[in-house]
Amino acid sequence: MSSRGAASSSGGPQLGTSESSKRISKKPKYSRFTQQELPACKPILTPGWVIATFIAVGIIFIPIGLASLFASQRVVEIVHRYDEECVPPIFSGNQLAYIQSSITNKTCTKNFTVPKRMKGPVYVYYQLDNFYQNHRRYVKSRSDKQLRSKAGELDTSTCKPEATTGNNSPIVPCGLIAWSLFNDTYGFSMKNKVLDVSKKNIAWKSDQEHKFGSDVYPKNFQSGGLIGGAKLNASIPLSEQEDLIVWMRTAALPTFRKLYGKIETDLEANDEITVVIQNNYNTYSFGGRKRLVLSTTSWIGGKNDFLGIAYLTVGGFCMFLAIGFILLYVIKPRPLGDPAFLSWNRNPSGIMN
Amino acid sequence: MVLLSTSDPTGVAYVQTVNLDGESNLKTRYAKQETLLKMSEKEKVIGLIKCEKPNRNIYGFHANMEVDGRRLSLGPSNIILRGCELKNTEWGIGVAVYAGRETKAMLNNSGAPSKRSRLETHMNIEIIILSLFLVALCTVVSACALAWLLRHKNELNYLPYYRKKDLVGKDYNYYGVGLEILFTFLMSVIVFQIMIPISLYISMELVRVGQAYFMIRDTEMYDEASNSRFQCRSLNINEDLGQIKYVFSDKTGTLTENKMEFQRVSIWGVDYSGAKSQIEPVGYSVQVEGKVIKPKMNVKTDPELLQLSERRNDTKEGRHVYDFFLALAACNTIVPLVTDTSDPTVKMIDYQGESPDEQALVYAAAAYGFMLIERTSGYIVIDIQGERQRFNVLGLHEFDSDRKRMSVILGCPDKSVKVFVKGADSSMFGVIDKSLNKNILHATESHLHDYSSLGLRTLVVGMRQLSASEFEQWHSSFEEASTAVIGRAALLRKVASAVENNLCILGASAIEDKLQQGVPEAIESLRIAGIKVWVLTGDKQETAISIGYSSRLLTSKMTQIIINNNSKESCRKSLEDAIVMSKKLTTVAGVTDNTGGSSEASPTPVALIIDGTSLVYILDSELEEQLFQLASKCSVVLCCRVAPLQKAGIVALVKNRTADMTLAIGDGANDVSMIQMADVGIGISGQEGRQAVMASDFSMGQFRFLVPLLLVHGHWNYQRMGYMILYNFYRNAVMVFVLFWFVLFTAFTLTTAINEWSSMLYSIIYTSVPTIVVGILDKDLSRKTLLKYPQLYGAGQRHECYNTKLFWLTMVDTIWQSVAIFFIPLLAYWGSSIDISSLGDLWILAVVILVNLHLAIDVIRWNWTTHAAIWGSIIATFICVTVIDALPFLIGYWAIFHVAKTATFWLCLLACVIVGLIPRFVVKYLYQYYSPCDVQIAREAEKFGNLREVGDVQIEMNAILGPQRR
Repeated sequence: MSSRGAASSSGGPQLGTSESSKRISKKPKYSRFTQQELPACKPILTPGWVIATFIAVGIIFIPIGLASLFASQRVVEIVHRYDEECVPPIFSGNQLAYIQSSITNKTCTKNFTVPKRMKGPVYVYYQLDNFYQNHRRYVKSRSDKQLRSKAGELDTSTCKPEATTGNNSPIVPCGLIAWSLFNDTYGFSMKNKVLDVSKKNIAWKSDQEHKFGSDVYPKNFQSGGLIGGAKLNASIPLSEQEDLIVWMRTAALPTFRKLYGKIETDLEANDEITVVIQNNYNTYSFGGRKRLVLSTTSWIGGKNDFLGIAYLTVGGFCMFLAIGFILLYVIKPRPLGDPAFLSWNRNPSGIMN
Repeated sequence: MVLLSTSDPTGVAYVQTVNLDGESNLKTRYAKQETLLKMSEKEKVIGLIKCEKPNRNIYGFHANMEVDGRRLSLGPSNIILRGCELKNTEWGIGVAVYAGRETKAMLNNSGAPSKRSRLETHMNIEIIILSLFLVALCTVVSACALAWLLRHKNELNYLPYYRKKDLVGKDYNYYGVGLEILFTFLMSVIVFQIMIPISLYISMELVRVGQAYFMIRDTEMYDEASNSRFQCRSLNINEDLGQIKYVFSDKTGTLTENKMEFQRVSIWGVDYSGAKSQIEPVGYSVQVEGKVIKPKMNVKTDPELLQLSERRNDTKEGRHVYDFFLALAACNTIVPLVTDTSDPTVKMIDYQGESPDEQALVYAAAAYGFMLIERTSGYIVIDIQGERQRFNVLGLHEFDSDRKRMSVILGCPDKSVKVFVKGADSSMFGVIDKSLNKNILHATESHLHDYSSLGLRTLVVGMRQLSASEFEQWHSSFEEASTAVIGRAALLRKVASAVENNLCILGASAIEDKLQQGVPEAIESLRIAGIKVWVLTGDKQETAISIGYSSRLLTSKMTQIIINNNSKESCRKSLEDAIVMSKKLTTVAGVTDNTGGSSEASPTPVALIIDGTSLVYILDSELEEQLFQLASKCSVVLCCRVAPLQKAGIVALVKNRTADMTLAIGDGANDVSMIQMADVGIGISGQEGRQAVMASDFSMGQFRFLVPLLLVHGHWNYQRMGYMILYNFYRNAVMVFVLFWFVLFTAFTLTTAINEWSSMLYSIIYTSVPTIVVGILDKDLSRKTLLKYPQLYGAGQRHECYNTKLFWLTMVDTIWQSVAIFFIPLLAYWGSSIDISSLGDLWILAVVILVNLHLAIDVIRWNWTTHAAIWGSIIATFICVTVIDALPFLIGYWAIFHVAKTATFWLCLLACVIVGLIPRFVVKYLYQYYSPCDVQIAREAEKFGNLREVGDVQIEMNAILGPQRR
């Protein structure tokens, strides 16, 4: 409205312009930002760049693949499934009855030979199959507050159905995870000499220091009618219960390993190892499998060829693509930015409609 | 309101109808003589008015009035409509016939509809598809969960990770399979809900604000004349600017400046074209009673002609010039208004009249020293070269569209009686005495041809001296005719034609209806861009056509189809004929195209010119369909004499029948309904008030800003927004799919490996900033290229940046990427001691990096903001993940520090990203290289600088656009 009023009050066009210059000009200030003219680089997928990229990916991936495959191959791994074998033949029809019974002999002795030299430390794992540690019901069933400090002992609301005993005193540690603590034990011996399995430092330091309190002692644990797994020594604080800590780092996938301990000595090839397994843990009720794993380690971790193969495949595929693109480029090049290819230059009538 | 009487003794009222039809000239309205007499005698008027029902037609009115038993017919010239302003008339008394919501002005108002951008409408469909996806995913999860539960039905209590019963033996948190499945379903809805990108709406709003900021800040859309910036009045439809197919433009004030300028003149066969040496306009002024009177507007004058006119009757040439300008000054219906200025000794004289042409002519005459100073119904006073002369106006035959001329009979001070006639060339040559001065006639004709080919409006002026007997004869018949009750108009016409003959030609004038700066170039650009420009004007048909020529909307190559009918039947017939004709024209051209083999013979463009009265019969009837068929064949459509709502009706005609986007641009209150109806409404903040601006979605100072607005900003906005929507869909879907795959490995129980905090921050911190920055700042092409090749605008019209095909391609890509992200770590860590939080961290980092790199691949212009946003987001994600893992009360405490120490983690991350991106990269490259779209080629050309070698046409275009850019 102001512009209109000014125009009519001013005498004529000449006056109008002089007046408008007196008014504050609304002309936007020029800056490269507001005019969207910031310096910029405009990459374009030219054949050269694309081919170079693929060759680069190939060059990086193939050696990585080879290296990790090599590393994985160097890892010596002994995997031994024992859940079936350790059930006496008479119970083979009714494994559940065997494992649930308190009177049956759960001890089971196995021998195996070391195929290759295993440089210490040799890691001892137990591997469970078909065990959904990532089940929502399971994952939630813990109380971090209770684990961390004595003050949180009563905080068991998230732990159901393993929260309190019948007379409402809290279970420490509460929850399904702790309740189902793995309780098979392994005793290793070689040439009748006991092989020490170090159970120290198998859990994360961070967990021991900050998640599991040194003043929290097990209480009412596994005292109910249903025994889920291992019992805990009530005189050792949770921060020292490394098996529990390892167990409570719930696994991501239904097939998982947990560190049982470390054998600090080297194992030579063809060494006969005897392992005495206390087969206590009930996986029979849901068809879970149990394995004992002895493994060395490398920079890539445990034995897993997948990454190496994947890298080799991707690298090879990229090389192949690069070659393909080079051929395509040689056979059927298109000049970049040639206006002759613009749609309206290809068919002039295209403009009209 | 039916006029009964006015302050003028003759019952004339001058009104301005700017608010109704956008024309700012004065129109005359008459009170009926019968009522006028009664009112002046202060009698009571008792009568009955019967009028038609309220309707929208502002140019039509039928009624009759019974006064004293006599029946008087009332027409459109007897009413003053709501919204008119009285000018030069002190008062008017009337009877209101339509009031309130039934006035024509109100009926022409349509309510403001809420607008939603086409892209967003389209997007909502895709969101529904995504919802279906979501439901499908949830159903799959629930079904699997059901199967799992049924299979493990008997084991549930033994499963250490389930344990149905609590210590007492009651079912804990288990309510039967049915409810469990229901809970699973609901829970999965919660977990997967980010599939529906709610954040997209917020990002879109932010992006639009950013885009609006840049549009407002564009120095090339700033109008210095009115000191106005571009304004975004609605933030919903920025991206629609990139998809316009039809532009509906008002004429007056939009295309033209609504200023007539006297350009050239041919007197007595001599062309005074001023082009040789145009001097700056010098204000001509006269001094009267010590006061200087100046005309309000200055006109460019030709010095030669100025000299001639000053010499007056001395020479033969001077004599003709004298007559010519006298005719210009006298033969009109202009009312001079003397106004005060800031300087008390100077008075401005302002000419007000119905026709802007006449105004221009009178101003021109004034500039040459023939200044009209006073007009009453009996005489006029003209100041000729400083000498006041009084001419008696003995008779005036007003302009009517049949005769196409008007005449005035003047009694000159020297007692001679002259008739001056001016009119359109077609009608004037019929009444000019051909025996006289054939050469002059011929020369004038050729001048007229020159003028009109320049797009100037021409008028021919003739004159004849009446002998006493002729005058007497005319006078008696004129008296008789003007008092006749029945058929007065016809009688008057007859009288007029009797006297308007055997004229002696004086000359011809050419007036330029001044176009706004850059209008022809703008229209040309829009046409090349594939946008159809329709002009809807309240102006006369002739004016509209001449404007069409001067704005290069019409060219001489075009075939014009004119539809100008008064009944439905004749409309139908002419429409049918026109369709046949347009078909013939296009097919004939097609045949020659084929046989000729050369692509030169493009089909003859057809222009449709249709007037408001025909539209009354066509709109809202079954003829609409035919009109649309016809109009879609025509390359240009001009609608003249249209009422505001008809404008909206025409817009609706196109909008409802095609999926194409429409844009309406106008400046006056009469354009409001059209602006509201169109998909995009643009208001010109010009002289005609603010209503149009208020109703519009965008407003700007000049019509030519439409070119940068559509071709540059519209293109950018569309491309950005289209990409942003697709990217947002993709971004959220990748995350959902990663979650979904994991659910398949958790006995279908919706555990998430990625912790809740990260999922929440995903669309807030991890990935939102880059998309907004890219949505605001990315440019596929520079402004220069876009203006140089208006055809590039077609990308938006063809929906190149966002369509269903792209949506599905993106979804396929999404699934592939999520598979890569999920399964590479899964296989690498299968049967290892990895814990859930570490793997979750790996997944979230992989998703974020992949999603950001995906964006990085698609970014066209990398400036520092883009770099900061993309790399910043990735770094921010690392920081957030670290911080979250440093919170001891979460289960993932310290996980990232443990897992980041392993090589496998980094190898997985790298593999996920590369494997995820390869297919997209390959497809993108092959597509860009082997079937490039125009935008792609232009980008390459921009980068490698081939543009300079491009054909001549574009360079020419650029030269035109150059100066306009300033």
